[in-house]
Amino acid sequence: MKLQRLIFPIFLILILTASAQEWRGTDEVAEEKIKELNPDYEPWFSPLFEPAGEIETLLFSIQAAIGGFLVGYFLGRNERES
Amino acid sequence: MHIMEGFLPVEWSAFWFALAIPFVVYGAWKVKKEIERDPKSKSLLAVSLGFIFVLSALKLPSVTGSCSHPTGTGVAVVLFGPSITAFLSSIALLYQALLLAHGGITTLGANTFSMGIFGPIFGFLVYKALKKFSLSVAFFSAAAVADLMTYVMTSFQLALAYPATPGIEGVLASAIKFLGIFAITQVPIAVIEAFVALTLLKSIKTYTPEVSTA
Repeated sequence: MKLQRLIFPIFLILILTASAQEWRGTDEVAEEKIKELNPDYEPWFSPLFEPAGEIETLLFSIQAAIGGFLVGYFLGRNERES
Repeated sequence: MHIMEGFLPVEWSAFWFALAIPFVVYGAWKVKKEIERDPKSKSLLAVSLGFIFVLSALKLPSVTGSCSHPTGTGVAVVLFGPSITAFLSSIALLYQALLLAHGGITTLGANTFSMGIFGPIFGFLVYKALKKFSLSVAFFSAAAVADLMTYVMTSFQLALAYPATPGIEGVLASAIKFLGIFAITQVPIAVIEAFVALTLLKSIKTYTPEVSTA
């Protein structure tokens, strides 16, 4: 599939053409918008556990690693069996 | 990105839970049935879940100058249909809500509805409509549509909870604002996701040609 080689150019163009100071998440941007629409709203529940700093990076990496393992392991096993 | 913890008023949290739970429970039951029917399907269920885990962990930069992540639900919905996808998505969302403070427990119902149910149903319909025409186009479109429609739903969920003015016009005005944040950011990300999903689905088709797509 030659088309699939487009993924990387597209990704590069995305990063190079978009200019941003801080690359915030859309959820953070939405939070601001909510405060603008309803300044009185107070979140009624906070996360039970909030990973600080690099721990969040670690837990996101673990999520991706679990997923990568599941895809790679079972796909590889299917290929061997076929 | 999912709706943040505590950012849906109580009544809306409850509403979206009420809508999402039947799908997730039915999906869990279908997973059990699927494994009983064909124990080999376990490995493709694992691949589908793994794909959701990987893709929803990747926060990508986009044209709006903010970041969002793909949903990864396209593979599951093509292989197993929307209800199983709802169940698999809820697992990934629960991981993120509990361990990452990303999304939330109170917004889990709403996030499951958008990412696990609404988006995938649209992806599934597009897949069904296009698969006779071209399998590749159907795979690609299903993944892109499932991703994009997820965030269209997220925008409306927030607009319903935070209308600019009371009434339907206020909801629409807010929806346009939230679509500007979520949906526009998502367009290029959905395209990237679709390329990756297409690659994976093609290789699944090559090595397990007998796999019955839903």
